Amino acid sequence: MAIKSTAQSKLIYTILAWTISGMIFFPIFWTFLTSFKTEAEAIASNPSLFAFDWTLQNYSDVLSRSPYFMHFWNSVVISIGSSLIGLLIAIPAAWSMAFVQTQRTKNVLMWMLSTKMLPPVGVLIPIYLLYRDFALLDTKLGLVIIMTMINLPIMVWMLYTYFREIPNEILEASRMDGATIGEEIFHVLLPIALPGIASTLLLNVILSWNEAFWTLILTAANAAPLTAFIASYSSPEGLFYAKLSAASAMAIVPILILGWFSQKQLVRGLSFGAVK
Amino acid sequence: MATTQSRSLAKIMLLPSIILLLCWMLVPLCMTLYYSFIDYNLLIPGGNEFIGFLNYEFFLTDPAFTESFFNTLLLVTGVLFITIAGGIGLAILLDQAIWGRNYVRIMVLAPFFVMPTVSALVWKNMFMNPVNGLFAHLAIWLGFEPIDFFAQIPLLSIIIIVSWQWLPFAALILLTAIQSLDREQLEAADLDGAGPFSKFIYIVLPHLSRAVTAVILIETIFLLSIFAEILVTTGGGPGYASTNITYLIYTQSLLQYDVGGGSAGGIVAVIIANIVAIFLMRLIGKNLEG
Repeated sequence: MAIKSTAQSKLIYTILAWTISGMIFFPIFWTFLTSFKTEAEAIASNPSLFAFDWTLQNYSDVLSRSPYFMHFWNSVVISIGSSLIGLLIAIPAAWSMAFVQTQRTKNVLMWMLSTKMLPPVGVLIPIYLLYRDFALLDTKLGLVIIMTMINLPIMVWMLYTYFREIPNEILEASRMDGATIGEEIFHVLLPIALPGIASTLLLNVILSWNEAFWTLILTAANAAPLTAFIASYSSPEGLFYAKLSAASAMAIVPILILGWFSQKQLVRGLSFGAVK
Repeated sequence: MATTQSRSLAKIMLLPSIILLLCWMLVPLCMTLYYSFIDYNLLIPGGNEFIGFLNYEFFLTDPAFTESFFNTLLLVTGVLFITIAGGIGLAILLDQAIWGRNYVRIMVLAPFFVMPTVSALVWKNMFMNPVNGLFAHLAIWLGFEPIDFFAQIPLLSIIIIVSWQWLPFAALILLTAIQSLDREQLEAADLDGAGPFSKFIYIVLPHLSRAVTAVILIETIFLLSIFAEILVTTGGGPGYASTNITYLIYTQSLLQYDVGGGSAGGIVAVIIANIVAIFLMRLIGKNLEG
């Protein structure tokens, strides 16, 4: 009797969970589906779920009629570039705070966090004018700099929480064996910390790829990443649902895949360690 | 035991991050503060004289500010309410024994990874469009008049889109928190004859309070700066009906080239964000000690 009711409740919960999660996922599913339809079928008043003429025309149209690859490449350069540079700056900082704690460590961490809470409009005008004067508007370099700066606090924090979990004894043992600081970092610390570093990198690539304030404001035709390129489909004459869907699908697939790998790290990174 | 050598090395390694963040935060912020006190419009050459708090007076007494302030408030609280209520529900559901839990989790999480411009445009065109959108087709099929979302209920439409983007985040954080709940406590409550409702009120909710606070504070930081979703859907309109403070400052500074007024708005936005930030820092600071 008890077993039966457990199986029954499992069935009910399963149906409920699949229904709700299906509804949440539906807009993404629908975007993928529409990307394989013709424009006429995409706006049909009785849209069909699978019974339409599947076509790859939209993908080839988007790729051939717009500089899609250039925008994709901009996204890749900006997100990966800023994450790698960020790591180079953040790893030493996180290392020093995790292993050489002082009374000030906590204050420094909190202060770094506070910079993340600065609303972008608070610095919008100076950044825009400085970028104009230094010819950084609409350049990939300009965006790499911004992305590095806005994500640096998250990187330091995430790396700090990972480094804290490495037992100090391991480092001490290597010091006893006469390892220099350089050897300590490259041969002892980095191999242990690699998973943490990798997930920090992953989360930051995702955040930079999807960032849509500075990318929209500081770029035009040349350095626009996919966020800004897709925004150009908002013009009223652009009622091309199938092409919008194809362009969107290609823009979100890489991050959906990366994102599924980084679920756990997402919690740690975005809650600044408040929830583990 | 850290040696003197490693201590000074630690300081050197910390320095680049501190200097960069200091420059990033202080230099532009001081410039914004400076601009906010001068008469500076990019279209009007000359000027640049000190005008005291006049920019602030204009910004704060502008009816557009009042409207966008309340829009910001509605947007933030609306999204918070939907994502936290929905997030708690989802977290409890995903915590149950179900078949294919990993697939369910992946589907629930997916919207968080969709870039804001894509999710806003997909919702705007394929769902909320009054002629060709799925909701319009559905309304006609059911015999209703289709809603023109962005003309009739612009702010609510944006709240719906943003909630869809942030529901996964709330659900994921709350699920992580719920999974750390002590199962024995629930079993003990079962033995004492507690029903599911009282278990939820007296055991699950108090356990989640910390995670809920974290979600509220973190989401607020991001939600105060919602921009792309407004830009590609309504452009802040009709009138100022869907303009939030971030968007208002954007139009003032980069569309009307009013550097002084935009800067005063920027400082006001910083002050508002700071009030939220103080609470968040306290919460995280407590955790750091524990």
